[in-house]
Amino acid sequence: MPTPKILPCGDSAVTVEFGTTIDPDINGLVLALDDIIRASPPAGLIETVPTYRSLTVQFDPVATDYDALVRLLSEATKDLAPHNAVGRRWRVPVVYGGEYGIDLEEVASLHGLTPNQVIEIHSSAIYRIYMIGFLPGFTYLGGLDKRIATSRRLHPRAKIPAGTIMIGGEQAGIAPMDMPSGWHNLGLTPVRPYAPGRDPVFLFAAGDEIVFEPVDASRWEALEKAVRAGDPVAEEVRR
Amino acid sequence: MTSLVVTSCGPMTSLQDRGRIGYQGFGVSPSGAMDRRALAMANALVGNPPETAAIEFMNLGGGFTCEGGDLHVALVGAGCILSIDGTPVAPQTSVFLQEGQSLEVGHPRNGTFAYLAVAGGFAVEPELGSLSFHLRSRLGGLKGAPLKAGDRLPCRAEAQDREPMQLPVDPLEESGPIRVMMGPQDDYFTLETISLLLESEFTVSPQADRMGFQLSGPRLEHAKGFNIVSDGIVDGHIQVPGSGQPIVLMRDRQTAGGYPKIATVISADLARFAQLRPGTSVRFRAVERDEALAAARRLKDWIAALPANLTPVRFALTTEHLLSRNLIGGTVDALAPATADQND
Repeated sequence: MPTPKILPCGDSAVTVEFGTTIDPDINGLVLALDDIIRASPPAGLIETVPTYRSLTVQFDPVATDYDALVRLLSEATKDLAPHNAVGRRWRVPVVYGGEYGIDLEEVASLHGLTPNQVIEIHSSAIYRIYMIGFLPGFTYLGGLDKRIATSRRLHPRAKIPAGTIMIGGEQAGIAPMDMPSGWHNLGLTPVRPYAPGRDPVFLFAAGDEIVFEPVDASRWEALEKAVRAGDPVAEEVRR
Repeated sequence: MTSLVVTSCGPMTSLQDRGRIGYQGFGVSPSGAMDRRALAMANALVGNPPETAAIEFMNLGGGFTCEGGDLHVALVGAGCILSIDGTPVAPQTSVFLQEGQSLEVGHPRNGTFAYLAVAGGFAVEPELGSLSFHLRSRLGGLKGAPLKAGDRLPCRAEAQDREPMQLPVDPLEESGPIRVMMGPQDDYFTLETISLLLESEFTVSPQADRMGFQLSGPRLEHAKGFNIVSDGIVDGHIQVPGSGQPIVLMRDRQTAGGYPKIATVISADLARFAQLRPGTSVRFRAVERDEALAAARRLKDWIAALPANLTPVRFALTTEHLLSRNLIGGTVDALAPATADQND
């Protein structure tokens, strides 16, 4: 792996870039460096923001020794081992197709598959949460089977409902709230990755894994009721 | 409990403090006051720490009434004039608002953002460590919402024994180009494009809000395409989407994004940039870390010295005296062309 680049982001941040692609090893290095910095934060540190391929380190410029920070980051990235599957694995129930996943049939026909085959392929993969953003709790998932990878819609929708299980290109995701989207909607989950006022506010973290469990539409009401009562419904499962 | 009751306000009137720290890794924007210098001044005038939550006004003023007790208040930013029961208060001066009185915040005259601070701050529960309202996350403010007519803001109403104070005109106020540091993705652009950024005049477009300011000007061409795998974003990043028209990302920005960022506005110039109104022209100048750091240090020292720069208004606090003082101060200062915050 080439030496990571330390890119200036004004006077109050640097981005440590491990690569320019979506890759589990690159993301594993990002999360490993994040762990190191969080475990012993240098003076002046404000917060760290891990993404697919880089760690942005934000700091108070006046309270930070910049040269020492750069030395620390350079040192920490030497001999860094990717931190793969660092987190928990979650099972997320999904009602696929119909009014729950309005693009399922179109995605199936685009790939010459039946809707059931798409459900089977989508729900048998193990997804890795590469990062959370750009919205609160939005999970960027890697691990989508290439057989159902689907270019984004030509005409994005102004609003899709919270809990939408979607795919776009080779990525998959779960909508944490009503949001605009150009991805394809395969199903819906009552699980809320982000719920202000709930403890925990955020269910998932970068480095966690997600598996989807197809459930029958008849169970929707009961699951949704449990979520409303504060039950996360997403279950932590053993690897 | 002493409360400020909103009688009228614009759609983006909200509580803002330093911002929400520590949740960007979960996709939560930091938010916070667009002009932290004005926030610090308003807070200093009423004896608060510089990052205490205040009411931020964007583009429009507002009206309030005071219920349940008296309040020590101050308004700073964008040349807005504060009036009590129709009587203007001198700029950069705190004032006591008595129970039953009405307070009016005039529209911005030379900027966009103004801050109304109350002594002791607001008795509102923070969400994820901050009172700052963020539209997308539905966090902060009053139950995840901006202020609207009828809202009641409970106030801690502490430190009411202080006297009204004044601050001198902001000596830090600078003009000239907005200073940037190049990067993080300046290598996605040709040298010609970088020269264009640093030598051209841009105009703040009407698409300027708490998330970002769209600029119009010469098209900034990419050398290596305009799609990158999303990476982290900070306040002041100048991202260049496919249109070639740059967007300066502000407090309510996303936490990650997939357009190359050619340069970053230095932290000390963000407040001045935030006050540029749509239609204003703006230029950029590249600086090295040393200059950016010196400016950041000067700003921090200046904010720390604000309490020492306060001078008491020195009038007995009877209504008559206060009103006569305010009438004179308001008449003189409200009409003077040069007031606290000249940002354009």
